[in-house]
Amino acid sequence: MSNTKFGIYGGQYVPEVLMSEIINLENSYNKCKCDPKFNAELEFLLNNYAGRPSLLYFAKNMTENLGGAKVYLKREDLNHTGSHKINNVLGQALLAKYMGKKRLIAETGAGQHGVATATVAALLGLECEIYMGREDTIRQALNVYRMELLGAKVHPVTSGTMTLKDAVNEAMREWARSFKDTFYLLGSVMGPHPYPTIVRDFQSVISKEARKQILEIEGKLPNLVMACIGGGSNAIGMFYNFINDPEVNLIGVEAAGKGVETGEHAATLTTGRLGVFHGMKSIFCQDENGQIAPVYSISAGLDYPGVGPEHAWLNSIGRAQYVSATDDEAVDAFEYLSRIEGIIPAIESSHAIAHALKIVPKMNKDDIVIICLSGRGDKDVATMAKYRGRKIYE
Amino acid sequence: MSKLSEAFKNKALVGFLTAGDPDIDSSERYILELVNSGVDIVEIEIPFSDPIMEGEIIQASTLRALKSGTTVEKVFNLVNSIRNKTDIPIVFLTYLNPVFNYGYDKFFENCKKTGVLGVIIPDLPYEEKSEVEIVAGKYDVDIIYLVANAPKERVQKIAKDAKGFIYIVPPMGSKEENLEDLILTIKQVTNTPCAVGFGVSSIEQAKKYANYADGVVVGSGIVRIIAQYGKNADTKICDYVKSIKEAINS
Repeated sequence: MSNTKFGIYGGQYVPEVLMSEIINLENSYNKCKCDPKFNAELEFLLNNYAGRPSLLYFAKNMTENLGGAKVYLKREDLNHTGSHKINNVLGQALLAKYMGKKRLIAETGAGQHGVATATVAALLGLECEIYMGREDTIRQALNVYRMELLGAKVHPVTSGTMTLKDAVNEAMREWARSFKDTFYLLGSVMGPHPYPTIVRDFQSVISKEARKQILEIEGKLPNLVMACIGGGSNAIGMFYNFINDPEVNLIGVEAAGKGVETGEHAATLTTGRLGVFHGMKSIFCQDENGQIAPVYSISAGLDYPGVGPEHAWLNSIGRAQYVSATDDEAVDAFEYLSRIEGIIPAIESSHAIAHALKIVPKMNKDDIVIICLSGRGDKDVATMAKYRGRKIYE
Repeated sequence: MSKLSEAFKNKALVGFLTAGDPDIDSSERYILELVNSGVDIVEIEIPFSDPIMEGEIIQASTLRALKSGTTVEKVFNLVNSIRNKTDIPIVFLTYLNPVFNYGYDKFFENCKKTGVLGVIIPDLPYEEKSEVEIVAGKYDVDIIYLVANAPKERVQKIAKDAKGFIYIVPPMGSKEENLEDLILTIKQVTNTPCAVGFGVSSIEQAKKYANYADGVVVGSGIVRIIAQYGKNADTKICDYVKSIKEAINS
């Protein structure tokens, strides 16, 4: 077996009932990764179904307004289904097909990963069942309907806190019962090895394109690359092909919710401790007894008590920096980008924009910043209106 | 042979409950009820917020236990208190994070001090066990392995290293031949006793499993009674455990 860890982070902390299937998954992935047919098929889907490559957009108005570095946005919001999630879902769903699986299961928080999974299941003719915390099915009723429209069955999870972490627990339990014909399509760079690596590989297309695009446009590498981070899939995708460019700084922006000092946040790397959960050793928000703590953010996509092991590692060796932005700052950034560039960003991505608003003005005019615009904000408009005291029916 | 293995002279009955459900004082009484009703080993779950290996009955139980303020420290105090009244073999079931957070050294040192002979950690598979086992071994505490349906080489690799007893997760669909095959595969490489656990909730099931295994873990059946009767489950637990004990030895 290959190395399962990033430094001390990662590993395979899962029940024995899942180990045989996890080994099977790793072997199948290693085979597909080198299979020209698999890669050609995936590339075709990425280009002709998801709409890749995504644009690297020069945000001229924002650049002039901030008066610092040149700002580029990597437009993952333009992908089919409206976010970077589709990159990973296409890869894993195709892998599932190559493994002979008939059914996909997945967890979802806000519903973006669930919608992407249901979409690709419809495309590839696979059955699809989505686990979603009951609280989230109520908050995101529209996405529940979307998934059902696409032919998926949505299971409201009523255990624990009835949110994303419980949806992961339930999906893992279901996987243990059904892996013979079922593939667990994990949505972020988390969970037991090989998932953090598989998801990273499928998302690394973001930085593969961005690196090439910026060299074509500017003839040099950026000074700074930024992304929002919950579990960390768009961030690792945005960072990956720049990790070996030491002159490129990497910043991940976590959700500080109502403020890290209030306890109501999801700023894992900022406030969490080393632990073992959901199959991995990493940094988690937890109480003094090692119980996983409830987390909060206005952004359901960042509302997870852990972080992918590769980020924990990049943080520990100082290769990437992790900061946080509050709900307030993210909402301001949401409105800012909408008005200045005519682009409505996902509230998740707005956290990265929020940090850019703080630091870009202090940078030099010939510096270059790339921000991953991981998703579009249509899904968030009702929440944003409510945040500003306006009631809108979804 | 370890002390735990010795508890498997006859078909062993392992009685399971979650510490602190509904509260620590009741747990102490219920554990003594288990002992008086004839269990051979007591298995105590230290509650964790996210017990991914458990079904609904025990998930709900761990949440009740956490609500009642149960911590690792309090569970050690509970075992300490029980030790004045019985020398029954005791094992823990818990998840890795509470142990990791408490500190491996301190955790297993306290196990030794309070006479906890083994610990079952469902999210610690063979691949990751060494970081824990090195410390547990220092204090003569057995890490009890789970074995599930898997290729023969994997089952035997795990079984060969097993200590105390082997905790068998019954194969899906649970055809009797599958379970019998799994146990035969294990017995080819080790004498370590095998107990079937997870989801044993009826007397018939316990009896069926005892035909093939050296012991049976009864968990959800007991926990269901506690869920129903709360602080007044004493005699119900006693009756239930006695009937299972009788069934597996008949």
